[in-house]
Amino acid sequence: MSKVLVIAEHLDGKLNASTARAVSAAVAVKPEVIDVVVLSDAPEVVAAEAAKIVGVSKVLTVARVENAHALAAILAPQIAKLAAGYTHVFAPSTTFGKDVAPRVAALLGVSQVSDVMSVEAARRFTRPIYAGNAIVTVEADASSVVVATIRTASWPAAASTGAAAVEAVAIDVALPTHTRFVGLQQGKSDRPDLQSASKVVSGGRGVGSKENFEIIYKFADRIGAAVGASRAAVDAGYVPNEMQVGQTGKIIAPELYMAIGISGAIQHLTGIKDAGTIVAINKDAEAPIFEVADLGLVGDLFKILPELEQAL
Amino acid sequence: MKILVGYKRVVDYNVRIQVKADGMGVVTDGVKLSANPFDDIALEEALRLREKGLAEEVVVVTIGSADLTAHLRNGLAMGANRAIHVQTGDAVSPLTAARVFLKLAEKEQPGLFILGKQAIDDDANQTGQMLAALWDRPQATFASKVELTDGKAVVTREVDSGLETIEADLPAVITTDLRLNEPRFIKLPDIMKAKSKPIEVIELATLGVDAANHVTTTHYAAPAKRSKGAMVKDAAELVAALKQKGLL
Ligand SMILES: Cc1cc2nc3c(=O)[nH]c(=O)nc-3n(C[C@H](O)[C@H](O)[C@H](O)COP(=O)(O)OP(=O)(O)OC[C@H]3O[C@@H](n4cnc5c(N)ncnc54)[C@H](O)[C@@H]3O)c2cc1C
Ligand SMILES: Nc1ncnc2c1ncn2[C@@H]1O[C@H](COP(=O)(O)O)[C@@H](O)[C@H]1O
Repeated sequence: MSKVLVIAEHLDGKLNASTARAVSAAVAVKPEVIDVVVLSDAPEVVAAEAAKIVGVSKVLTVARVENAHALAAILAPQIAKLAAGYTHVFAPSTTFGKDVAPRVAALLGVSQVSDVMSVEAARRFTRPIYAGNAIVTVEADASSVVVATIRTASWPAAASTGAAAVEAVAIDVALPTHTRFVGLQQGKSDRPDLQSASKVVSGGRGVGSKENFEIIYKFADRIGAAVGASRAAVDAGYVPNEMQVGQTGKIIAPELYMAIGISGAIQHLTGIKDAGTIVAINKDAEAPIFEVADLGLVGDLFKILPELEQAL
Repeated sequence: MKILVGYKRVVDYNVRIQVKADGMGVVTDGVKLSANPFDDIALEEALRLREKGLAEEVVVVTIGSADLTAHLRNGLAMGANRAIHVQTGDAVSPLTAARVFLKLAEKEQPGLFILGKQAIDDDANQTGQMLAALWDRPQATFASKVELTDGKAVVTREVDSGLETIEADLPAVITTDLRLNEPRFIKLPDIMKAKSKPIEVIELATLGVDAANHVTTTHYAAPAKRSKGAMVKDAAELVAALKQKGLL
């Protein structure tokens, strides 16, 4: 029988929604046990949130001052030690999970399965390669621990109406001092979170400047959407990096995705292929984005966006 | 200080890869191959550190088939001092690559390993983290800025919540994100110069590396296609369509 350990992602005392998505993937393994581990200097509040995720058997807390910031070099030895009692270790495929999970896998001497899209059997999964242009089925050895990151856009968040027990555990392992946290510059925004929003409006190079991006923010606020961007828009300095959608940015699955002044490069499309409805607004009728858009409108975004606001 | 750079050859990022009809792989015959874009960025960063006097030697490393010599020459033409070619006819998993890099770390004693954050063929995003774990050294993944001072690296990392800065004692492993730098173009005279730079060939089998694969790929499939939808003629029609779908 399988026992899954899910590594909770959290920041500033808040559980990240990706954790409940990783739990959904754990449920699909049909295991006997799903435990969530919260590593933190003060894990209580996050653990209480994690305990509500339906499907979770137990929440384990590991409180150490060294865990104040999520440094892979510090967390990995603790997770690897804890993994001994489990058949699977899952982490969300966010920058947090991508950073720490391979370090855990290497300490356990196993390969990792990255970006799990579906669970076919306890040790059989599908995952994307070549920017999502091919989907492979992979099978993990029966003898080894399965370490995997879960492609969050492929999984719904498990409901939060549960009440699992919380248990503090002590993990006796020496931690390195060679890696130190210096600071985190967070994009402060009152808008919905890009990774979990049901509506996302993204702007690309076609928006033309940082100042012009206001028109995207304004429209997004009007419909209550999160704001994203193409890599070209980030590279040009119109918006900060955490807004990038795509192969090397965030992979998202909102109900509505509006691509405005975005050409539709394969690396961008990788990030939105699970979106419910894709709307494209582009002045070039030949733009590849129209090949995948459910609704397309050819024209100048600076003319169309005010018209859209009018029509709302 | 010596810097070792992971330099993998992959299918060029502009190629739209096709899955073979029998589901046993992807079509790579006659397809354009290039250095992994993140590895070009890794090499560029290493060269800049050398040009600033912070490193003496930059070594590009590739692990793979015997036909990678021309690929390594590109890295040498870009400016690496020398190359190491660890040869194997087998597919190389991230864990195996990390174990090979560890052997090279022991042999070459580099101050820094710079790898790409992911190879755009397997999209694994694992090797750098695995190497750092096996080597018991710091990792600074998804780097968008690197500063070296007093035996440590101060690295800005692109994370989901913004930009994180960490400090890592050297030796360390850094993996590159796209905005770290823009790789230089190779100039013709440099291609000539690269011809005389050394490439050391090591058979993977001689390194005593456990190349066991715990994860096997059993099938390849094309992704579910999104089909082209409808075009609307103006803003009013778009809003009406979205309202009808219950999205506005
Ligand atoms: C390894 C790798 C990883 C990458 N990862 C990502 C990623 O994660 N995310 C990502 O987005 N990209 C990524 N890219 C980059 C990607 O290949 C494209 O370069 C990028 O997506 C282009 O962004 P864009 O569509 O905004 O710009 P462009 O391709 O320049 O398109 C701009 C569009 O705006 C339209 N336009 C211009 N003016 C107007 C106007 N007034 N009104 C309406 N339309 C207008 C134009 O017709 C054009 O179609 C990656 C590339 C590589 C090599
Ligand atoms: N076979 C290889 N040869 C050279 N470098 C490699 C190889 N495999 C992985 N790497 C390095 O590790 C990085 C991450 O690869 P991956 O973990 O496969 O996504 C790449 O960008 C390379 O820098």
